[in-house]
Amino acid sequence: MDLTLSPQEQAFRDELRAWLEENHPGSEPEGDEAAFEFRKEWQRELADARYAGLSWPEEYGGRGATLIEQAIFNEEMARAKAPMTANVLGLVMGGPVVIAHGTEDQKERYLKPILTAEEIWCQGFSEPESGSDLASLKTKAVKSNGEWVVTGQKVWTTYAHEAKWCMLVARTDPDVPKHKGLTYFLMDMEQDAVQVRPLRQITGEAEFNEIFMEEARIPDENVVGGVGNGWAVAITTLMHERAGLGFGSAIALKIAIGELMDEIRERGLDEDPVIRQRIAQIYIEAECLRLIASRGLTQIMKTGIPGPEGSLVKWQWSDANQALTELAMDVRGREAPLVDDHWTYRFLRARANSIEGGTTEILKNIVAERVLGLPRLR
Amino acid sequence: MNFDYTDDQRAIKSTANEFLANRYKMEKVRELAEAGEYDDALWGEIAELGWPGIFADEEHGGQGLGQVELTILMEELGYALAPAPFLSNAAAGLMLAHAGSDEQRQGWLPGIASGERRGTVGQLSEGVAPLVPDADSAELIVLLDNGSASVVEAGDAQIERADTIDSTRRFFRVQADGGEPLEGDVDAAVARVEVALAAELVGVAQRAMEMAVDYAKERKQFDRPIGAYQAVSHRCAQMLLEVEGARAATLYASWVADHEPESLALAASMAKAYAADAGWRVTASSLQVHGGIGFTWEHDLHFFLKRARTDGSLFGSPRTHRDRVAELAGLSRSAAAAV
Repeated sequence: MDLTLSPQEQAFRDELRAWLEENHPGSEPEGDEAAFEFRKEWQRELADARYAGLSWPEEYGGRGATLIEQAIFNEEMARAKAPMTANVLGLVMGGPVVIAHGTEDQKERYLKPILTAEEIWCQGFSEPESGSDLASLKTKAVKSNGEWVVTGQKVWTTYAHEAKWCMLVARTDPDVPKHKGLTYFLMDMEQDAVQVRPLRQITGEAEFNEIFMEEARIPDENVVGGVGNGWAVAITTLMHERAGLGFGSAIALKIAIGELMDEIRERGLDEDPVIRQRIAQIYIEAECLRLIASRGLTQIMKTGIPGPEGSLVKWQWSDANQALTELAMDVRGREAPLVDDHWTYRFLRARANSIEGGTTEILKNIVAERVLGLPRLR
Repeated sequence: MNFDYTDDQRAIKSTANEFLANRYKMEKVRELAEAGEYDDALWGEIAELGWPGIFADEEHGGQGLGQVELTILMEELGYALAPAPFLSNAAAGLMLAHAGSDEQRQGWLPGIASGERRGTVGQLSEGVAPLVPDADSAELIVLLDNGSASVVEAGDAQIERADTIDSTRRFFRVQADGGEPLEGDVDAAVARVEVALAAELVGVAQRAMEMAVDYAKERKQFDRPIGAYQAVSHRCAQMLLEVEGARAATLYASWVADHEPESLALAASMAKAYAADAGWRVTASSLQVHGGIGFTWEHDLHFFLKRARTDGSLFGSPRTHRDRVAELAGLSRSAAAAV
């Protein structure tokens, strides 16, 4: 056991810290459009420094970084409160999928504009009637004259209004078991047959969209991983989504705990025994999720197989973040419902934490079935 | 960064697991618990393996290893629920090794490390230590009193048997005057004892979780294994979350004790608070999964539940440790009202 960083890891972190100090662009401007432009510019700077596609192989503009270096990166970004990148989904999911399952032509065509945020990506997986049961999705793609014709509806698509490409999973064969009839496509969003409508959420803002496809066209060369392999390809993206997120979220949680402690002190509640107990518990859970994620990394580096950690970490993070924002409301006492500059937003936004990226119930199923080997009811 | 055991540590773990599974089969644990006794011959074997002195310096007859190795043993001892005076003796050894003078170490550590002249530790509350494990068979007793500690010889103390819910161990009420103070960093030494307890709790919780999962796979109601119902399977998943969190926090605190002692106070309190809650919740939840049979004396689960609840109260309740976490993480208190 050695929980210190190796000399190479330390050098990576020091270089990154120095770079961040030099290049941190400050906080985001007001307004959605300005903020998005700001994130694009920030991503271009990251890409120039080869930090954007950190885990990507060097030949595609990345650094071929180890999992630990990725964890360090996420931690340092959160610690520096660096802005989000504009093309998160392209970097974290789209690029890795093209690298893993794409043809040489696809790699040549798609990877670079993902890195530089020239082309934004979105993800068309969930549908109104297919949330947790993703494989039951109904959007259908039919081949006609050498191209695919797509009709259906997708929901919870982040950045759909900015996106050039959609990672779309559609049913290409209705006559085989549900997991087997799916295909993974890259759909051009710039066509009239694709309509995007913002989805307003309980915070009042619209982070997500709905997509409506009415005979949208996709050329055959935009199939990724072969017709009928959509489920396997989609699962890779979901794994990429969960891997490595633990570290950034643990640090972000710690930062929020620090801010809440300031609030607690300002309100003279620092000796309130109930508040002390609650914040300490959240602090401990944040630390536990960081440590579970670290143990998971050791496991993956040793065996090559991700363990249950991704599910445990995401589940514990959502519990802890919800507990933190609820405590913040309690700390604010009778002023709690008054809209302030961050706590009320965070409190409402946190309700989605236990739903997005796999509901807590689904994560519990995964742990019960795949780790503990309990029987499936279905 | 590497969270994995070394080959040597892995060997310690598998030896301990096999030895304890073989010597402390559940029937044996039950027999000892019902009699309220330990098995001296088995203690002799444990001593021969060198476990009592695993963390002590070689010059004091120990193996010269660290807190991580002690954690490995404690977890396995908890998993087996071995009735033995190991924890009490190790606690005394940790106190002397980390807060004692050279003379005190030379005088007492070799006997503790060999397992021949054992020690124990108790916490005083208004002049009496109400819950001291294995005081009747110890030769020295370390008594803690609000951040200070002193060593008394067992012959100079009044010792009375105390009944606890945990019959897998023997507890006593101890009263003694004076004693020889430990001049070193008592808090740092106590933190190591807390980490050892957290490790035992991890083992207890792991076993209770495995019992629940096995039972949920085999017990059928309404024509299905009960583990197919989410009301049961999600309970089991929750157990895994808590066991893994407690294990990660405890391993971290153990590593910190050996390599980064300035972070030990916070790490130890986090581990003890989380492991104590996990120990209790997992054993209680396992009982619920077992249903009626889990509430019978005949089933073994209650021994684990009682051990977990007792370990949770020793060396600071979760409430005490959470308050310390709040303090160390940045919420200081002016009037240090004892929790």
